[in-house]
Amino acid sequence: MARPRKHLFLPRPSYRRRRLRDAARLLPVFGVLLVTLPMLWTAPGDAALGVGRDTGRDLVYFFGLWLLLVGCAAAFAPGLSAGSTQGDDPEDDD
Amino acid sequence: MPFNLLVLACVSYVIVLFCVAFLVERRAQAGALGWLRSPMVYTLSLSIYCTAWTFYGAVGYAARSGLEFLTIYFGPTLMFIGWWWFLRKLVRIGRQHRVTSIADLISSRFGKSNLLGVIVTLMAVIAATPYIALQLQSVVQSFGVFASATPDGLTPPDAKNTALWVAAGLALFTILFGTRNLDANEQHHGIVTAIAVEAVVKLVALIAVGIFVVWGLAGGPGAMLARIAESDLALWQVQPGRWTGLIFLSAAAVVCLPRMFQVMVVEAADERHMARASWAFPAYLMLMSLFIVPIAVMGLDRMPPGSNPDMFVLTLPLSQGQGGLAMLAFLGGFSSATSMVIVEALALATMVSNHIVVPLWLRVRPGTAVSGDLRRVVLMARRLSIAGVLALGLGYYRLSGGSAALAAIGLIAFVGVAQFLPAMIGGLFWRGATRSGAIAGLLIGFAVWAYTLFLPSFGAGAVMSQAVFDAGPFGLEWLRPRALFGVQAMDPLMHALFWSLILNATAFFVGSVVSFPGPVERLQGAAFVNVFDGPTGPRGWASGRAEPEALLIMAQRILGDMEAQAFFEATAQAQGLEGLLPDPTPELIAALERRLAGSVGAATAHAMISQVIGRATVSVEDLMAVANETAQIMEYSARLEHQQDELTRTARALRDANEKLTQLSVQKDAFLSQISHELRTPMTSIRAFSDILTDGPVPAENVARFGQIIHDEAKRLTRLLDDLLDLSVLEGGTVQLNLAMSSLAEILDRALIAAAQTRPERAFAVQRDAAAETMFLRTDADRLAQVFINLISNSRKYCDAAQPELRIAVRMRGARVLVDFIDNGRGIPKDSQSLIFEKFARLTDASRAGGAGLGLAICREVMATLGGTIAYLPGQRGAAFRVTLPLRLDRQAA
Repeated sequence: MARPRKHLFLPRPSYRRRRLRDAARLLPVFGVLLVTLPMLWTAPGDAALGVGRDTGRDLVYFFGLWLLLVGCAAAFAPGLSAGSTQGDDPEDDD
Repeated sequence: MPFNLLVLACVSYVIVLFCVAFLVERRAQAGALGWLRSPMVYTLSLSIYCTAWTFYGAVGYAARSGLEFLTIYFGPTLMFIGWWWFLRKLVRIGRQHRVTSIADLISSRFGKSNLLGVIVTLMAVIAATPYIALQLQSVVQSFGVFASATPDGLTPPDAKNTALWVAAGLALFTILFGTRNLDANEQHHGIVTAIAVEAVVKLVALIAVGIFVVWGLAGGPGAMLARIAESDLALWQVQPGRWTGLIFLSAAAVVCLPRMFQVMVVEAADERHMARASWAFPAYLMLMSLFIVPIAVMGLDRMPPGSNPDMFVLTLPLSQGQGGLAMLAFLGGFSSATSMVIVEALALATMVSNHIVVPLWLRVRPGTAVSGDLRRVVLMARRLSIAGVLALGLGYYRLSGGSAALAAIGLIAFVGVAQFLPAMIGGLFWRGATRSGAIAGLLIGFAVWAYTLFLPSFGAGAVMSQAVFDAGPFGLEWLRPRALFGVQAMDPLMHALFWSLILNATAFFVGSVVSFPGPVERLQGAAFVNVFDGPTGPRGWASGRAEPEALLIMAQRILGDMEAQAFFEATAQAQGLEGLLPDPTPELIAALERRLAGSVGAATAHAMISQVIGRATVSVEDLMAVANETAQIMEYSARLEHQQDELTRTARALRDANEKLTQLSVQKDAFLSQISHELRTPMTSIRAFSDILTDGPVPAENVARFGQIIHDEAKRLTRLLDDLLDLSVLEGGTVQLNLAMSSLAEILDRALIAAAQTRPERAFAVQRDAAAETMFLRTDADRLAQVFINLISNSRKYCDAAQPELRIAVRMRGARVLVDFIDNGRGIPKDSQSLIFEKFARLTDASRAGGAGLGLAICREVMATLGGTIAYLPGQRGAAFRVTLPLRLDRQAA
């Protein structure tokens, strides 16, 4: 007995909302990857030898990344909260 | 700066906070909170994550370990920008089940087990005590910085007394605003707003010091970056293990810390605020840490060697003669410490009173479950718990002497509360998680934490002897606290984090898999894990057993008279009853339980209701029955839906049939009127001419002419009747077919000869393809010839070309033969093409002499009988008909 409950295809607004949720789910994954990147960095090394990293530049990297993540989350937030108020569609995807 | 000025500033700042909290509480009671419930206030209140440890300690951390301090803020950042994964569900559950604390969440999820509540409460208190001590210590230290700088004025009390005064003041504030009333939602708007104010103060203070350092001392961001690159901080190295471990740890802590849970879940005014906080809180953290490194670098540069880097935020401006800035920084640090202590004490006190004191009280004096005002007991328990928690922190501070670096204590507490994580995540996402598993995981994780991290943190010889450190307890070397199972040379913090969480999660998983959950556990598990699927179907209570009056009495004792009566009255009205007492339906009991849970926790509420109802829990059988009922209802509704679909289909079929019948009736009427018309025309002329002949003398030549006319009309009449008869036989399907093998070429020859009688005066060219026509068909040759004759004579009749020409093309397609008759006339207009096969359809009156317009209708019926079709072939630049018929017709009549 087929029950026509779950829709295979969605109209444009709810389709957009679903994709926005996908983006929101993926954002922290990217965040984790980029934040753990320093593990691959070479050691700062001997400043005396003139090799190694520039801690000032590292700092700029971290805060730039932070700003990027905050910006993305801020861009997603209004759409996500608007979606969650218009009746909770079940969590299954697509 | 004079010390009395400092005290004055502190006191006036606290008075401002009191006023804010007081005014907000007043407005909350009037129900006019307005913007005070905005996402902004929510986000700012989350900032209690940044304690004095952040405010003072982060600079010290940076001075010691370089950029590693950032991990403490990256974890929460990732957790919040990934709110859609976890925090959203956590807040939804917290609001739907009116969770009062993290202990309540875990106990409620695992079958409202009070044992779990007790375990989580004790763990949280133990883990938080050093943390509270840390805050007191930072306040005392910051007082000390000022006091030592200026010995004039009021004599500063010694460190111990300062801590006592601070602790007492904080206890007073928390008791005043945290236990004013037993709120059904356990929300404290006054405290939350005061914390939001403090959040602004500490952010402004830290940024002000940062701006002073970067622009005032270093001379701009570029110079600052260069200075950072040259400083000792540049020697910092990433330790991959600590880096990832600390990010994970801080992400876990931000959801597991009791105070964070309090502001994030319990005090959440609106679920949607989380969306704003998802980016605003990380932004706040970013701003808080923006100037940490510059302050640390400049402090190391400017301050005398050996000075405490934890106090750079204060000592740096002070040493540069910026008294006002130092005062602002001091207030920022004071804010950080006080807001953390207030919320932590409130959260812990709620846990202690709901999970330890009230259950004990109910057990010791069972009578109070039926009579007496429980509200007073709960509030008193909460007040005493607040005082107790602060006293514990103070005691720890006095015992430890407050010497250890701030960051170390903070991280130890983080690992302690992170033990809640497996039970929490498992409880929210895995229905198979059980109470036994959660208890096993929590106990083992906590034991490992205490053994490998907490107790060793007091130092060798304090709790553990040096021998235990070196050789393990009882000489068991694989149990050494810093090298469990022989894993040596690991960072002690990471060692403890790894082992405690691995063993915790393993015990939780194994315990859950091998044990069997009770009915309430399974109900709660389903309700938590599937929280987004709307309100859950099955309820935990069977109906009809409770006495509504007893329920009301109990509710009054916890919610208060007014609120309980309002709730019962509203429910009774919703049930359509007069008065105050509704029917004790399972829905009412479940709603009441949830309401009570908001005040005293799920476990206590459940226990109290079962006392009144007289039944401890639902049985597994009840649960299955409810589930079965639900399944049956769903099955039934699915069946109804199916039936409805079927009915819709039938109705549509009926409607179609009706339409067809109506059309047929119209056709029949048209046919009858046509036929009478067709019959009457020849009849009229026959009668007219026979009248003339009978009436009088008619010239002989006219007699012959009239006779000829009468004869012709009679013939036409006969032909019409023949056609009609033929048609009715064909349509009736009673026609007899003479099936035989016959040559297509012969049939066409016959047809051409027969058709030549039509308008014999016209010269008509016929093109044929002799080779293609050489084939034998098994069909009724006479009937087929009849169709061909009709088509050819139509062509002869209607083709209006000057030199008419007919092409007959024969083709094979599979087992079917296609015979096309194409002339070079004008053809048939597109809109008439669908009509030509209807009875009496004649397109023009130009050549009506021919027949009654039944020819093509008969052709169609004949072809249907012969198992073939006839169709108009458009796009041939003339009238064209295609006859399709099977090569071998097997069956007898159609």
